[in-house]
Amino acid sequence: MKQITIDPVTRIEGHLKIDTEVEGNVVRAARSSGTLFRGFEQILAGRDPRDAQRITQRVCGVCPTAHATASSLALEDAFGIRDQVPKNGRIIKNIMLGANFIQSHVLHFYHLASLDYLNPEILKDYTGDAPGIDALVNYLTTTDGSPFSPQYEGDYRLGPEISADLCQDYLDGLEIRKKAHELLALFGAKMPHNMGTVPGGSTRKPDLDLIEKCQSRLKEIRSFIDNQYLPGAIALVEAYDDYFEIGQGVDTFLEYGGFYFDNVSARPQDTPVGLLGGIFQLGNSGVDEVDLEEITEEVTHSWYSDETAGHPSIAKTNPSADKEGAYSWVKAPRYRGLPCEVGPAARVLINYTRGNDYIKTRMDEIMNKLNIDLENCASVAGRHLTRALECKYISDLMAEWSSQLDPGEPSCARYEMPDEGSGVGVTSAPRGTLGHWIEVKGGKIANYQLVVPTTWNASPKDSKGRPGPIEEALIGTKVEDQDNPIEAARIVRSFDPCMACAVH
Amino acid sequence: MDRQTETYSVIWLQGAACTGCAISLMNSSYPKLSNLLIDEVVPGKSIELKFMATLMGATGELALEVLSRTEAEEDYMLVVEGAVPTGADGKYCTVGEEPIADQVIRLAPKATAVVNVGTCAAYGGIPSGAPNPTEAVAVSEHLNNQGIDTPYLNVPGCPPEPSWFVDTLASVMLFGLPEADQVDDIGRLTAVYGELIHDNCPRRGDFANGHFARHVGEEGCLVEIGCKGPYANAPCPNRGWHDGLNWAIKNNHPCIGCVEPGFPDLMSPFFEKFGPEESEEMYRRLK
Repeated sequence: MKQITIDPVTRIEGHLKIDTEVEGNVVRAARSSGTLFRGFEQILAGRDPRDAQRITQRVCGVCPTAHATASSLALEDAFGIRDQVPKNGRIIKNIMLGANFIQSHVLHFYHLASLDYLNPEILKDYTGDAPGIDALVNYLTTTDGSPFSPQYEGDYRLGPEISADLCQDYLDGLEIRKKAHELLALFGAKMPHNMGTVPGGSTRKPDLDLIEKCQSRLKEIRSFIDNQYLPGAIALVEAYDDYFEIGQGVDTFLEYGGFYFDNVSARPQDTPVGLLGGIFQLGNSGVDEVDLEEITEEVTHSWYSDETAGHPSIAKTNPSADKEGAYSWVKAPRYRGLPCEVGPAARVLINYTRGNDYIKTRMDEIMNKLNIDLENCASVAGRHLTRALECKYISDLMAEWSSQLDPGEPSCARYEMPDEGSGVGVTSAPRGTLGHWIEVKGGKIANYQLVVPTTWNASPKDSKGRPGPIEEALIGTKVEDQDNPIEAARIVRSFDPCMACAVH
Repeated sequence: MDRQTETYSVIWLQGAACTGCAISLMNSSYPKLSNLLIDEVVPGKSIELKFMATLMGATGELALEVLSRTEAEEDYMLVVEGAVPTGADGKYCTVGEEPIADQVIRLAPKATAVVNVGTCAAYGGIPSGAPNPTEAVAVSEHLNNQGIDTPYLNVPGCPPEPSWFVDTLASVMLFGLPEADQVDDIGRLTAVYGELIHDNCPRRGDFANGHFARHVGEEGCLVEIGCKGPYANAPCPNRGWHDGLNWAIKNNHPCIGCVEPGFPDLMSPFFEKFGPEESEEMYRRLK
C-alpha cells in the first residue's frame, strides 16, 4: 500500500487534508480530516440569544446567509414568534438566501472547481477574439502564471476554444457573484455577514427603488446562468462524461428543505418549500419524510471527548486534541446511524423523486441529452450538473418572489424575548442541508449546536467504522499518477467542501 | 507585450478564519478582482498572488512547493487572514501538516511586511471570544511573543470592506511603509480608519433630535438598541458597502463594532445599550 496525502486541499473553503491508501493505482482506504477548530458552540454559550444570528454567520464567509437563516428560524422557534413574521420578511429572507446560493454556486464552478478541468496554458494556442482573453494570455505569457499555475498534470481535455469560453466565463463570473452579493446587500446591508436577517423577519422595508434594483440585478444574473453557467456546466460534463461513473459515495441522501412559502413552522415537514426535503435511498422509488429526532453526531474518530456525541439538542462540544484513534475536527453526523450525502445532487434526487415539476422537467431533458440516469447525479459530474441546475431554479424562483413583495409594508415583527425556550431552525444551504439547535435559559444561550452540510459530507468514520461520504466516494477510485492525484482532487472538490462550516 | 509594472509577490495564509475576508476582497470594484489578479492594483504596480489556498491552481504537495519557492526568494508581502490558535501545540489549525502558528513564525521574518486582514488576524476576533477555546491571538501578538519585528499593518473589519484592504495595499505600493503618524496605535491606516462611525452617521440628526428606534428594523438613531457606532472607527458611513449601496445603519440594524479590538466580547450584547461605566471604558479605550 502506498499513502497519498493531499494537504492542503486548495480551492475549497478552509482547511482539509485527505489521506488515501492506494494499492495497484486504486484507492483502498481514505481519511478526510478537518484541520481547523475554532469552538463556535463554546463561544456562543452564555451570550444574548439574539447575538447568535450575527456570530453564527461568521462560521463561514462563503455561505454566511445560510447560518443567518437557520439561526433566525431557531430563534423564532425559541421565542414563539414563528407565525408573526410578515410576508415581506419571509420573502426577503428567501431572496437573501437565494442570492447567497447564486454567489456560492458560481464561485464554486468557476473559481474553485474549473481549474481541475481547465489548463489556462492552452490559451496560448487560442486565435479567437473573446474580449477578456487577450489580457489573460498576456499575463500568462509574461509571468509564472500564479495563482492559476502550477496545476496537477492530468487529462485536461478542453481545447483552446472551449477553454477560452470557460476563462471568459471565469472572469464574467467574478462580476456575477459580486452582483449576487450586491442584490443581497440591498436588504442585508453588506456581504459577507449580512446585517438584515433577524428573528422576526428582515430589517429594511422594501420600496419600489429597492425592488427595482433587486430585479434588474437578478435579470443580469439569470442571463449569465441561462447563457453561460448552465450550458457551460453541461459542456464540461459532456467532455468528462466518464466522471458520471466516478466519485459515487454513500447510498443515502438527505435534505431538510428550504425557502419556506409560509410562516407556519421552522420544521420543513409542516410547510411547503421551494426545495423539498426528504431522505432518499439509491434504488428506492420513493422518498421518506425526515425526522429530525433521528440525527446524531458521533465522535469516535473526531477530536472530542465522548460526551460530545448525541442528538444536537443536547450534545456538548468538548475538544480533546490528543484523543486516541481520532483524525479530524469534523464530527460524524448520522441519520438513523447512516452517513448521508447532502447538497445539490441530494436535492435534485429528492425533488425529482418527490415530483417537483420544475426539477423533473429539466432533469428529464438534460438526462436525455447526456444519456445518463438519475442515479448518475451522485457522481463528480452529476454534482457539478445538479449545482448548476439548482442555481437556475433558485434564480427563477427569486424573480417570482421579488414581484410578490409589498412596497412600504412591514418586513419585521416586534417581539419581547422570553427568558426560557428552545428552538430548531433547518434550511437548505448552498452545500447541503443545515440545522441550528438552541436552548435558552435565564435569557442567555445555554446550548447551541450546528450540524452543517459539510459536517455530513466530510465526516470521518463513525462508531461502526463506516466512512463518511467524501471518504466513501474516494474508495475504489483509480489514480493514474500518484504524484498527480487529480482524480481524487476532482472527487473531493465536487462536494464543494466548506471546512470552516463543517467544524465551526 | 512585456509587463511594464513593478510586481509584488504575495503569500496569503489562512489561520482561524472563515474565508470572509478573501470573499470580501473579491467584491472589490475599483480595481476589480480580475485587475488585481492579472492586471494592476494601481498604475504601474501589480501583485503576483503566489500562494492563496482559496484561488490557487496547485493542490497538496504542489501548493507547498510554491510556498517554499516563494519563501526562498525572501521578497514577498505576507497577508494573514484569521487568528492564530496557540493552544494544543498548534493542533487547532494546521496547513500541510504544519501548525499555522509555526507557519506564520517561519514566513513573517522574511516578508517585507505583514498585512493582517480582518479583525481575527488584527485583534483575535470571533475565535478569541470568551472562553477563547483555542487560545487564539492576533498575528501581531503572536509575532511579538516570538520577538519578530517585521513591520505590519492591520486591516480590521468582519470582514473589511474591500477598499479598506486595497487602500492599505496601494498605500504601501505607492509610498512604502507608512510613517508613524499615518498609523494609529492599533496598527490601522488613519486615512482609512481615522474617523468614528457616529461622527459621520447620517442619522446623527436623529440622535440630536431624540428620534430613537426602539426595535431593530425601525428608522431613527439606533443607539438605544445597542448601536456601537459611537465606539467604532471605520469609513462605513462615508463609503458604504458595495460601492455605497447600503450599510448596517442605513439598513436599520445597529453597528456591532466589528472593526475594534475586543470584538465580539466588548461589543456584545449587540442589541443592548452600554451602561455609563461600559461607555466610559469604551471612550477611554478609543483615546
